[in-house]
Amino acid sequence: MDFLNAIVALSNFVIIPAVAYGSQLAIGALGVTLIYGILRFSNFAHGDTMAFGTMVVILFTWWFQSMGISIAPLPTALLALPFGILFTALLLVGTDRVVYRFYRRQKSVPVIYLIVSLGVMFILNGLVRFIIGPGDQRFADGARFLIKARDFKEMTGLKEGLAIKSSQGITVITAVIVVALLFWFLNKTRTGKSMRAFSDNEDLALLSGINPERVVLITWLIVAALATVAGTLYGLDKSFKPFTYFQLLLPIFASAIVGGLGSPIGAIAGGFVIAFSEVTITYAWKKVLTYLMPDALDPSGLVQLLATEYKFAVSFVILVIVLLFRPTGLFKGKAL
Amino acid sequence: MIKVENLHKHFGGFHAVDGATLEIADGSITGLIGPNGAGKTTLFNVIAGVLPPTSGRVSMAGEDITGLPPHELFHKGVLRTFQIAHEFGSMSCRENLMMVPAGQSGETLWNTWFGRKRIADEERALRAKADEVLEFLTIEHLADHKAGQVSGGQKKLLELGRTMMVDAKIVFLDEVGAGVNRTLLNTIGDAIIRLNKERGYTFVVIEHDMDFIGRLCDPVICMAEGKVLAEGTLDEIKANEQVIEAYLGTGLKNKQKEEA
Repeated sequence: MDFLNAIVALSNFVIIPAVAYGSQLAIGALGVTLIYGILRFSNFAHGDTMAFGTMVVILFTWWFQSMGISIAPLPTALLALPFGILFTALLLVGTDRVVYRFYRRQKSVPVIYLIVSLGVMFILNGLVRFIIGPGDQRFADGARFLIKARDFKEMTGLKEGLAIKSSQGITVITAVIVVALLFWFLNKTRTGKSMRAFSDNEDLALLSGINPERVVLITWLIVAALATVAGTLYGLDKSFKPFTYFQLLLPIFASAIVGGLGSPIGAIAGGFVIAFSEVTITYAWKKVLTYLMPDALDPSGLVQLLATEYKFAVSFVILVIVLLFRPTGLFKGKAL
Repeated sequence: MIKVENLHKHFGGFHAVDGATLEIADGSITGLIGPNGAGKTTLFNVIAGVLPPTSGRVSMAGEDITGLPPHELFHKGVLRTFQIAHEFGSMSCRENLMMVPAGQSGETLWNTWFGRKRIADEERALRAKADEVLEFLTIEHLADHKAGQVSGGQKKLLELGRTMMVDAKIVFLDEVGAGVNRTLLNTIGDAIIRLNKERGYTFVVIEHDMDFIGRLCDPVICMAEGKVLAEGTLDEIKANEQVIEAYLGTGLKNKQKEEA
């Protein structure tokens, strides 16, 4: 019985939150990795792109709510998602036309793009705060839980409860759909193949008649969709605050780099590696250990390796370790 | 007909192409020879739109094509291969060939979702064509191998195959024979002659193998230090004093004397 309780507690506090968080990071990292694969630079504006997309989704959600439109028990935000993607796509394509295309014509080196994306980041940062404010926004509605802790206890008779939030369920399902679609697109469609070809060998792709501007345009469209989805899922699961999205940049980049920049599979794997490390290291293991250990060895402290305030340090440490021992990432990045 | 007029390409103070002027006649197989660093590949790169020229003009059939980007030149039927074979390493040889024809209906996002039938028909036709090309090049057994894993010579064949997937007008071959064994080189030579005769491709070939040049090319252009040194049949070129000085070396001259 204690063993079952330990497993339930572990699932409740570690596995389920980490899977949801990992999915969000994975979708975010996919966006970063696609841009790196096609445009060959690290897009520091990605976190704020996510914030922008989520902001549009929130504004539409509020509007729908005020008009009484809902798709309960699902959150209204899902209905607003396509609009968020549309606006983000317009923003990204606009930014590309106004800013990045200039540097593409100059054939600038990647480090210049990187600095430019930093500038774009600050502008987006301000734009989002200007429109929706720096504060916390909640926009989740619909059913709160798929399984409630109390119901689970009554159902199984265990001492530990297992709760699955509907946002966590939606996150995982959406992530599976998004990833499946993306991989189908990249591997099976002509457009996806030209993207991979462009990423693999730009010179040859150009000499095979692939139009670089088209590839770049489609990349931005896909990135807009990925960023908005990732941001909205994170916002539904936790809450929306522009600064948090800026901070998300670190675990997202860590995920993409750990998996190998430019490798979509790597981005997904990296997302889960980072999420699981972050959650397991900052989790207080006292409860689980109490169930598992003989009474005499019950821990007196919390058995928490790091306080949650330090969770970003985990991303950093993993990043450093991977860069030291396997600089190309787990999945040898470079081309899609 | 491609016409290159007084073309310059400078890298800082280095004049890689320094006032080259030449014409390439329709339906010819023109050989381009010259010592290493003569500017042959740079000339290719400028004509093919990879590098913008510093000055000068390139025209095709009277139309100015100077500095057009590679993908637009591709649509005009100007193709090139690379000195070091390029390939999409993670795709199979067949997929590599199928990448080439542009303007496929699968290229629009709309068709990707709503034109599945049309794309499928088109892909079937392309696949058949790719298999035909692979057979022509005698590498049909490699169709499903990853292009990154086949040998250097086979990659060269694949490069040539790429030009056969569309109706090219003019193909620039950059050292198509480098690192390729004799038998394979003959296969490539046969393929080039057949394409020239049957499909009317114009070829410009950079090559160091004089036998290969002799078998294929008329006329031959010799470059040195970014300029065109001489033009004519291979025999005329071989007899040209300047060419011997700059490229062929005096060894050949002595040999010719002995033979005489």
